Amino acid sequence: MTLLFEQLLNGLQFGTMIFLIAAGLTLVFGIMGVINLAHGSLYMIGAFVAATAAGRGAPFVAAVAAGAVAAGLAGIVMEVVVIRRLYRREHLDQVLATFALILIANDGVSMIWGKVPLPVDVPAALHGAVPLGGFAYPAYRLVLIAAGLLVALGLYLLISRTRLGMLIRAGATHRETVAALGVDIARLNTVVFGVGALLAGLAGALLAPIIAVQVGMGEQILILTFVAIVVGGLGSIRGAFVGALLVGLVDTLGRAYLPVVLKPVARPELADSLGGGLSAIAIYLLMAIVLVWKPRGLFPAGSR
Amino acid sequence: MLVALPAVAGALHQPFWVNAATRIVIFALAAVSLDLIVGYGGMVSFGHAAYFAAGAYTVGILAQSGIDSAPLAWLAAVAVSALLALVVGALSLRTSGIFFIMITLAFAQMVFFLLVAVKAWGGNDGLPLPSRAVLPGVDLRDAGVLYYVCLTLLVGFVAFAAQLVESRFGIVLRGARNNERRMLALGFPTFRYKLVAFVVAGAGAGLAGALYAEFARFVSPDMASWSRSGELLVMVILGGMGTLAGALFGTAALVGLESLLSGFTEHWMLPLGAILLVVVLFAKRGLYGWIAGRLDG
Amino acid sequence: MFAYVRAPLAALLILSLGTAVAGAADPPTVKIGMITTLSTPGGYLGEDMRDGFQLAVDEEHGRLGGVPVQIVIEDDGLKPASGKQIADKFLLQEKIQLFTGIIYSNVALQVVPSVVEAGAFYVSPNSGPSQLAGRGCNKNFFVVSWQNDTPHEATGQYAQYLGIKKMVLVAPNYTTGKDAIAGFKRTYHGQIAEEIYTGLDQTDYSAELARIRAANADGIFYFLPGGLGINFLKQFTQAGLKKSMKVVLPEFSLENHVIGAVGNDAEDLYGTAHWLEDLPYPANTKFVAAYRAKYHREPTPYASQGYDTAKLIASGLRAVNGDLSKADAFRAALRRADFKSTRGAFKFGPNQYPVQDWYSMKVVRDPKTKQLKLRGVGKIMRDQGDVYASQCKLS
Repeated sequence: MTLLFEQLLNGLQFGTMIFLIAAGLTLVFGIMGVINLAHGSLYMIGAFVAATAAGRGAPFVAAVAAGAVAAGLAGIVMEVVVIRRLYRREHLDQVLATFALILIANDGVSMIWGKVPLPVDVPAALHGAVPLGGFAYPAYRLVLIAAGLLVALGLYLLISRTRLGMLIRAGATHRETVAALGVDIARLNTVVFGVGALLAGLAGALLAPIIAVQVGMGEQILILTFVAIVVGGLGSIRGAFVGALLVGLVDTLGRAYLPVVLKPVARPELADSLGGGLSAIAIYLLMAIVLVWKPRGLFPAGSR
Repeated sequence: MLVALPAVAGALHQPFWVNAATRIVIFALAAVSLDLIVGYGGMVSFGHAAYFAAGAYTVGILAQSGIDSAPLAWLAAVAVSALLALVVGALSLRTSGIFFIMITLAFAQMVFFLLVAVKAWGGNDGLPLPSRAVLPGVDLRDAGVLYYVCLTLLVGFVAFAAQLVESRFGIVLRGARNNERRMLALGFPTFRYKLVAFVVAGAGAGLAGALYAEFARFVSPDMASWSRSGELLVMVILGGMGTLAGALFGTAALVGLESLLSGFTEHWMLPLGAILLVVVLFAKRGLYGWIAGRLDG
Repeated sequence: MFAYVRAPLAALLILSLGTAVAGAADPPTVKIGMITTLSTPGGYLGEDMRDGFQLAVDEEHGRLGGVPVQIVIEDDGLKPASGKQIADKFLLQEKIQLFTGIIYSNVALQVVPSVVEAGAFYVSPNSGPSQLAGRGCNKNFFVVSWQNDTPHEATGQYAQYLGIKKMVLVAPNYTTGKDAIAGFKRTYHGQIAEEIYTGLDQTDYSAELARIRAANADGIFYFLPGGLGINFLKQFTQAGLKKSMKVVLPEFSLENHVIGAVGNDAEDLYGTAHWLEDLPYPANTKFVAAYRAKYHREPTPYASQGYDTAKLIASGLRAVNGDLSKADAFRAALRRADFKSTRGAFKFGPNQYPVQDWYSMKVVRDPKTKQLKLRGVGKIMRDQGDVYASQCKLS
């Protein structure tokens, strides 16, 4: 039973991190209609900058903030130089242009920081494990869950209670009207993109102590993020949250239990490889099923 | 169409160039098949590599089991990939736009993970082919002969595709790309047309995969990876969509660029990305379209 | 009579002198094809190997064994198909007859057969697949590092010695990962609680860690090269598992980059290695000092292997004065392995894989610098070859 509980927490933690990345991505797609494959690169930049800051002695919170801000700035540059030209273009052009950005970002990062993974330590205060009735769960992962939930709450409040949020919601469904009302759409776009980039960078910075900060780390998590927002519904934060949690849970529980289920009937390496493969496939199966049942996702933007 | 052919004949005395040309021809076949649905059908499939891999693995698995008859193996490859395209297409074509892109990607990822997971097919280590298949009358072990066989098949497929595009089928397909509602109103079952095009494209990619398996004598799961699908899309757009010759040109351009740049520097992805970005942003009709446009005056 | 003899004799003398001089004159440049992994998260292994190799070349100012060399290097991106492509290009276009560089065995298994089939030589600085150690051995294929199973046999031996009763084994799901676990099981005779195979590009190990926790073992062995191992160790430590389980690792999971990247999480780890930074051999001391001075970082096993490979090649090139067409002489010279290795005396087994000693080590905190470093503890295997050597039939 405790194993299940621990795995549920793991799924929750993974899911909330995916949410941080997905939030920006879904806003960018929902409001600006742009598929941004390079979103993972912003996550990577956040991780690298945070790692560098921490390595130079900055306190942890400052390093994380630095990473998030750096990603946000990179996002703004990306938007102004490239993304802006893609709004009216076909999806194929967007896919290819942002694919090109990935190539540039990866090589750029490896030229600046080299190819050796960067070290980041979990802050000393959070090093231990918290006893949770039967077992001890890593303190830092609990912090990640808390951070993810806080951001989710913050975004929800932003979207539903502020003027900016109202503009974002309106922009998602009624672009021309918003423009006609005199709102500077171009600036709105840049702000939205920047916020999304900042969140992705935050995820990277927060995850840096527990995963390897290395070139190519963005692509590994990007596809899962896309699945999350498609499942959740494009353009909606609530959808991104639900989708991300679903993906996190399916992935973690699949990887934890499928090999165990298969073990009685297969050799260990076979059980593990099939189990791993099946749990990876399960996520895509999830997406396919959701799309067949609800073609626009579970909570698409504009729905109530 | 004149771009590709002359370079071919002259290079036959340099085995390295024959190999390079063979690789270009094989990928061009895959790119042309993708162009069929992307350029003419307006269906952006981000999972085309799955059919390429399916064809390649069919040949690989058959070769490992001792079946080395080329006609049999290659036909099987085409059949398997066409079948896969049929299943995926039937499910995916219910959606459109970004959802279509994502769901085709999802299916390709499923294929990728399946290939990694099944140990009998080599898993991450891939599957080597003990030898090249036997085609009656020709010796495929000769690099030049293999090249000509691939070229013949490419030309054949291009001719077939060209016919298809100009025919009534093609007109309906292009009509559906431009304005689906109108085509439906006119009474055309556009779903069926798109599905057929999708299957033909999958079959073409499967044939390309089979040829690649023969050429490299090795298949591995990364043949189905999403970056491979992305590369195929890049080839299509570098050449300019909606012109079959463009796809050929785009393939040559990408393969050539990768080779050239990686010979110069280990950081070759950056200039490649920059070039690609410029092409996408500013050369809407792709490199071929741009050059053709220039030539027209 | 002498007059008739003198002129031709003089001519002969001058001719032979001239030939001798010509022979001692500059041999032509030998191109060395280095195919290695420079990109992808596992890319720094290739960089270290390349830098170690280059150091040896720099010591002789652009030569190896007195012969000028040109290193033609390209990145295989950890893709067997790319490696094969590059090898074809090197063989056919650049006319290269001497190859080296590959880090990962899946790439090596695609490249080496075509290289040796073409009559060229391959000297491996890292990958030592079992497939080429037994019946698949080849007279033109030499391995300078180790056979893939052996590092893990050493670790199994050390785990046994440490008295660990119940172990969990973890490796990624590909040939070398499976070889690692097989090697470990060959020498470890305790109880194996769980064998876990992970994905090759996995970043999050929380699911596996929960399984490990439930297994209740008192030790863990894992082979997770590069970034994989860094992730795993960080997460393992945070899960609090290090308190109850001893961690025994092969040197790849415990080299200086890894220690640098995981920071304090590396403390108290046990390991085994075929090379240690503080091995007291003069060649090693010189190598370590030079590496630190030139690259401003600590060397790793990959760097030492690159360096040794270059030195071995140098010994071969010296024997034939750079003339690779003298294949038999070159091969014989390589077999003699007449060079000063960073591991002391170096010798090949019958399958042209090394026979060497293996050491145990621990990660300790230096009392003066307070930094974590690897410290050799003892020798656990002496003159160890590999289990496949007997199956190899080389004349």
